[in-house]
Amino acid sequence: MKVVIVDYGMGNLRSVAKAVEHVAPSAQVIVSDQARSLLEADRVIIPGQGAMHDCMREFMARGLHDALLKAAAEKPFLGICVGMQMLFDHSEEGDTPGLGILPGRVCRFRNDMVDAQGVPLKVPHMGWNEVIPVAPHPLWKGFDGPNGENVGERFYFVHSYYCHPADASAVAARTHYGLPFTCAVAQANIAAIQFHPEKSAAAGLRLLANFIDWQP
Amino acid sequence: MLAKRIIPCLDVNAGRVVKGINFVALRDAGDPVEVARRYDEQGADEITFLDITASSDDRDIILHIVEKVADQVFIPLTVGGGVRSVADVRRLLNAGADKVSMNSAAVNNPELVAEASGRVGNQCIVVAIDAKQTSPGKWEVFTHGGRKNTGLDAIEWARRVESLGAGEILLTSMDRDGTRSGFDLTLTRAIADAVTIPVVASGGVGSLAHLADGVQQGRADAVLAASIFHYGEYTVRDAKEFMRGRGIEVRL
Repeated sequence: MKVVIVDYGMGNLRSVAKAVEHVAPSAQVIVSDQARSLLEADRVIIPGQGAMHDCMREFMARGLHDALLKAAAEKPFLGICVGMQMLFDHSEEGDTPGLGILPGRVCRFRNDMVDAQGVPLKVPHMGWNEVIPVAPHPLWKGFDGPNGENVGERFYFVHSYYCHPADASAVAARTHYGLPFTCAVAQANIAAIQFHPEKSAAAGLRLLANFIDWQP
Repeated sequence: MLAKRIIPCLDVNAGRVVKGINFVALRDAGDPVEVARRYDEQGADEITFLDITASSDDRDIILHIVEKVADQVFIPLTVGGGVRSVADVRRLLNAGADKVSMNSAAVNNPELVAEASGRVGNQCIVVAIDAKQTSPGKWEVFTHGGRKNTGLDAIEWARRVESLGAGEILLTSMDRDGTRSGFDLTLTRAIADAVTIPVVASGGVGSLAHLADGVQQGRADAVLAASIFHYGEYTVRDAKEFMRGRGIEVRL
């Protein structure tokens, strides 16, 4: 199996590659900025880090647009962090158009949010928060409690912007930070998550293993 | 709810963890990979490496350490010590660090914070502030391990680095560091209330109650400690269980 991690020059992809190698030792894990690799891949992961407009600019500059759209139309496809945000129509961050693969927009957390005790919430949303699945999905395999209840597994987040899908049926999981926001979407062969599985210890590795096993 | 983070801190000199690390069944207490893996198993939410290597010839060693740890330990890693340029930041991130912490370089050249966060995103840039009380209700920023007073007001400096693009502040009380008498809670609270980015409290932890106080009274988003974990006195899990008992949200 060929797992391609799309490299468009934004940040380090080593951790994502190492985590995938860890859960899929027999897979060929390729970090690539070549459109051809995307077309040859069995599975595609698009990570992302940094500002949305920089990510989109660097991505477009590498001529990966058509190959990514094709991959997103037919292969098991995972967006991570800004790699999730880029799938939507538009981001408030730098007023940036996204790829428009999923309808919706990306908004910033407000600076006036408070927790249940009235203590101001910091932005970036940084640390381990609970991911509550709202619909069954193979990615959540192993995260249910003994009676199938949602146990709210914790994953590592670091972001100031969150996705707001226009299509509520695409929402796969939510997290609460000042407000409930969509932290995962799933639609046909596409899945995307706001948190970082490659930095989420055992839970993150399990999710990546689920992605590798997923047969949409 | 977002969990408060517990972050063990390791001092690394020329590729080896220094200060006593005393875990049961650790083959080599000086191997950063082994120590990091042990903290990961205990449930550490993040690990911070402070590179205290003095010789410039040995400075690249930390990069190999970060690579080795990041290949095997899948939690966030912060690296600080000797970071002076955007190139240093990039090298550490490329080696596998998630966040890079800068201290004196930010004081000497505040534009470095803006330049680095513009390049790699503010979520990767931590500014470490070493603060010492100079009069009641006033703390100033010190560098060189607390020997050199920069004259900067710590609260104003925290606001300034936030506006320059820092994504987090690592706040150390130089009055408390090494005393095991607890965080300077007034200072922690003052900084945490002054900025909208997360604040990590550091300096002075001697008991589990100190960690909980840092969160509850100091309003820190994360607490960093070294010696209480290194000497096997408490595990990270002990700390989390204690904090949960005090009603603090933790990842257990």
